[in-house]
Amino acid sequence: MTPEPPLLQVRDLRVAFGAKEVVHGVGFEIRAGEKFALVGESGSGKTVTALSLLRLAGEAEITGQALLDGRDLLQLRERDLRAVRGSSVAMIFQEPMTALNPLMSVGKQVAEVLMLKQALSKAQSAQAAIELLDATGIPEPARRAASLPHQLSGGQRQRAMIAMALASRPKLLLADEPTTALDVSLRGQILDLLADLQRQNGMAVLLITHDLLMVRRFAGRVAVMEQGRLVEQGDTARVFEAPEHAYTRRLIASTPRRDVVEGEAAADAPPAARAQGLRVGYPVALPGVRGWFGKGEFVAVKGADFRIPAGRTLGVVGESGSGKSTLAQALLGLLPSSGALEVVGQHWRQPAPRNGAHNQGLRRQVQVVFQDPFSSLSPRMTVQEIVGEGLEVHAPELPEAERRTRVLAMLAEVGLAEAQFPGLLARYPHEFSGGQRQRIAVARALILQPRLLVLDEPTSALDVTIQQQVLSLLQRLQRERGLAYLLITHDVAVVRAMAHEVIVMKDGEVVERGGVRQVLDAPRHPYTQRLVEAARPVDQR
Amino acid sequence: MADDAPAPSLSPARRAWLRFKRNRLGYWSLVVFCALVLVSLGAELVSNDRPLVVRYEGQTYFPMLHDYPETTFGGDFATPADYLDPYVRQRITTGGNWALYTINPYGANTLNYFAKAPNPSAPSRDNWLGTDDRGRDLLAQLIYGFRVSVLFGLALTAVGVVLGIVAGAVQGFFGGKTDLAFQRFIEIWGSMPELYLLIIFSAIFAPSIALLLILLSLFGWMGLSDYVRAEFLRNRQLDYVKAARALGVPNGRIMWRHILPNSMVPVVTFLPFRMSAAILALTSLDFLGLGVPPGTPSLGELLSQGKNNIDAWWISIFTFMVLVVTLLLLTFMGDALRDALDPRKADV
Repeated sequence: MTPEPPLLQVRDLRVAFGAKEVVHGVGFEIRAGEKFALVGESGSGKTVTALSLLRLAGEAEITGQALLDGRDLLQLRERDLRAVRGSSVAMIFQEPMTALNPLMSVGKQVAEVLMLKQALSKAQSAQAAIELLDATGIPEPARRAASLPHQLSGGQRQRAMIAMALASRPKLLLADEPTTALDVSLRGQILDLLADLQRQNGMAVLLITHDLLMVRRFAGRVAVMEQGRLVEQGDTARVFEAPEHAYTRRLIASTPRRDVVEGEAAADAPPAARAQGLRVGYPVALPGVRGWFGKGEFVAVKGADFRIPAGRTLGVVGESGSGKSTLAQALLGLLPSSGALEVVGQHWRQPAPRNGAHNQGLRRQVQVVFQDPFSSLSPRMTVQEIVGEGLEVHAPELPEAERRTRVLAMLAEVGLAEAQFPGLLARYPHEFSGGQRQRIAVARALILQPRLLVLDEPTSALDVTIQQQVLSLLQRLQRERGLAYLLITHDVAVVRAMAHEVIVMKDGEVVERGGVRQVLDAPRHPYTQRLVEAARPVDQR
Repeated sequence: MADDAPAPSLSPARRAWLRFKRNRLGYWSLVVFCALVLVSLGAELVSNDRPLVVRYEGQTYFPMLHDYPETTFGGDFATPADYLDPYVRQRITTGGNWALYTINPYGANTLNYFAKAPNPSAPSRDNWLGTDDRGRDLLAQLIYGFRVSVLFGLALTAVGVVLGIVAGAVQGFFGGKTDLAFQRFIEIWGSMPELYLLIIFSAIFAPSIALLLILLSLFGWMGLSDYVRAEFLRNRQLDYVKAARALGVPNGRIMWRHILPNSMVPVVTFLPFRMSAAILALTSLDFLGLGVPPGTPSLGELLSQGKNNIDAWWISIFTFMVLVVTLLLLTFMGDALRDALDPRKADV
C-alpha cells in the first residue's frame, strides 16, 4: 500500500512584514484526519504561520509553498482562495466574542455558512444549524439558536463558533488558541469536543497553542516553533519524553517550582491581613422603569473569612465572575466593603476609596501587581516616573537625588540593572519585554515597602519560560522581606508552587479552604475537582 | 528592536514626531505654515505706509515708532506726515537724504490719496495685487487679514481645547451622575441656535474680536469633550490607573499625569482641523457682516467686497487663494498628524 499523500504540505514558508521576516522557512505536513499541534511562545510566529496559509495575515509578504490536496494555496487567485476558506479549511479563533457577529443570532450565523457553502435552502439550513449546535453540546440548541452571541456564556460561544466552522465540513480545521479565553475548567471540555468532532468527521486539526498541557492531551504530532523557526517536530509522546532540541527541553522543564518558606507561621505575630464576614457589593442598574428611581445591588463577595499571616501566601482560586478580583480590590481599598477587613491590624476607614490620612497610611502597606504588564504600566511615563510615583505621593519631602537612589535600588532588587539597560530610568515601558515589564510593576508596588502584596494573575499573560523567572523573583522577595501575598490565579501549577493556604470561591462565596496540599490533592468541592482534573497531565489520570 | 538598543530612548511623543516628519507633505506644510505665520506676525516690518528709517538732513528718524509732523521734512502742515505724498517722498529721498521703505509700502488701512487709477484698481507696479473698492492695498489687507485669522483660529482652538479637555475629563473620570448631568447639559447647550445668538449679540454689544471669541468658544468645546470623555472612560479602568489608585495617588494627579497623556491622541489629531474650522467660521461671519468690527483687516470682508465688485476679479481670486492655501496646509498637517499618532502604524 502506498502511503497517502499528505493533506497539507508546507514547504519553506517565509513570511515578512516589510523588511522584517518573522517566519524563516517553515515546513511541515499534516495528513488527512490528523491532530497536529504547533506550539511556541508569543512572538514565535505560530499564529502568523497559520494565518498566512489562508493569506489572512494582512500585508505580509509570503513566499514558499502550501499544498492543500496538491493545490498551492499561496499561488491561488483571491477568488479561488475564498472558496477554499471556510469550505476545505475552516478556522476558529481565540476570542469568540469578537469573531462572532454581535447583531446576528448564532443560529442564523451557522445557517448562513450552510446556505453559502452547501447550497441548502433557508428552512433546511436553519434545521441543520440546530443539529450542528446540538452536536457541539450546546444545551437546548433550538432555543439557543435564536440567541445573540452576548446572551451565551463564553464556553457556549466557543461551541457556536466551532459549529460554524464545522458547517462547511472542512478537511482541515485551524484552531488558534481555541481555549485561551475560556475558564480553565471549560478548557478540557472544549478540547474533548474538538477531539470527538475530529474523530466523527475525519477532518484534520491544526491546533495552535502555547499550552503544553493541551498539546499533550490533544495532538498526535507536534511541531515546536521558536522565533520563526521550527526547531523540532515529531510524535507528541516522543517529543515530550525525549526532546531533542534545547529549546523544547527548556519549554518542557519550565513548570513552576516551589521554593517558599514552609511550616506554620508564628501564631502570635499579627497577620498581614484578616477578613471576617467581608461583604462587597456594588450598585447596578435595575431593568425597566424601576431603574429610573433606584439602583439594585450586586453582591460580588458574600461573607468571606480569611487570614494571611506575615510572610505567607494565600491562594484564591475560582472561575471568572466568582468574586475573587472584587475581593482583591476591597483588600486594596479600591471598593467600599462591609464586615471586618484589616490590613496589618488596622481597618479601612469606609468608604475605602476615599484618600483620608488614615487610608493613605494603609495604602503604603498593601500594594498590587496586575496580570497584564502591557496595560498596567502607563505607556507615556518613564520607568523613573512609574516606580517613583509612590514616593512622590507618600514621601514628597524626599530630595530628588534620594528618590532616584531608592528607585534604582528597587529596580536592582527586581533584577533590572543600569548596566544591562543604559539609561534605564529614562526609558519607556514599550522598550521592555513582558517579563521585564512585570518586574517594573513589582518594583512600583514594593517601593513603599508594603507588608502585603496582592498578585492578580501575575503570570497568566507571560510565556512559560518567563513565568518561572517571575515566580522565582516573587518567592525570593517573600523570603527576604517577609512579604505576605494574596495570590489570585486559575493556574493550579502556580498555586501549587506559591501558596501556603488556598480558598476556593464560587458565586461570591468561599466554598472550600485549607492547606494547599489538602485542597489540591483531595479537592472536595466539584468545582475544585474539575479545576484540578483539568490541570492534570494525561498519563497521571 | 535589539539593534537600536544603544540609541537614546525616545518618548512616545518624540517617536510620533519622527513619524510625522517622515510624511513629507505634512512636514513641509508645517514648515511653510510656520514661515507664513512668522512673516504675518512681523507684518508691520513687511507692509507699512511708514518707512522703517528716514535720514533727513543729518538726522535719523524712525517713523514707525514716532509720529513726525510734515513740517519736520520741510512740509507746510503740522499734521503727521503722509509718506505716500509725492512731495514728502521727494523731500526725504533726494539731496543726500534717504528713506528705507518696507517691501510693500502700504498698511492695512492705508488710503492712497495719490493713487493714479480709480478704485478698485487692478494689479499694477504700485499695488502688486491691486486695491479694494476703498483704495486700500490688497496685498497689505491679505497679510494683515491672514494674521488676524490665524491668531483668532489659534485662540479659539486653544480655548476650545482647554474647555473640551476639562469638560470631557470630568465626565469621563467621575462617570455616573456627574457624567449624566453633564451629558444632558451638553444636549441642551448644543441645541441652542448659535448663529441667531451671534446676530442678537452683535446687535446688543459693539462687535469686537473678543466678543466673537467668547461667543464662539461657548459652543466650540462640545465636539472635543465627547472624544476626551470616551478616552477617559476607557483609560480610567485600565490597570495602570488602578495601580495608581492603590498607591493613593490623588484624583487630580491621576487625571493629569496618568490618564490625560494617554487621552491626547484625538485632541492632537483634531488640532489642525479645528483650527481650519475656526478660521473658516471667522471668515464666514465676516462675510455676513457679523464678524470683526469695520476697519479690521479680514478675509471674509474681502470676499464680500469681491462679491460686490465682481469685475474686480483680483479681490476674489487672491483672497480665495490665501484661504485655500491656508486651509490646505492645515489639512495636510492634520493628515500627517493623524498618521503619526495612529497606534497601528509601526515605527520603521
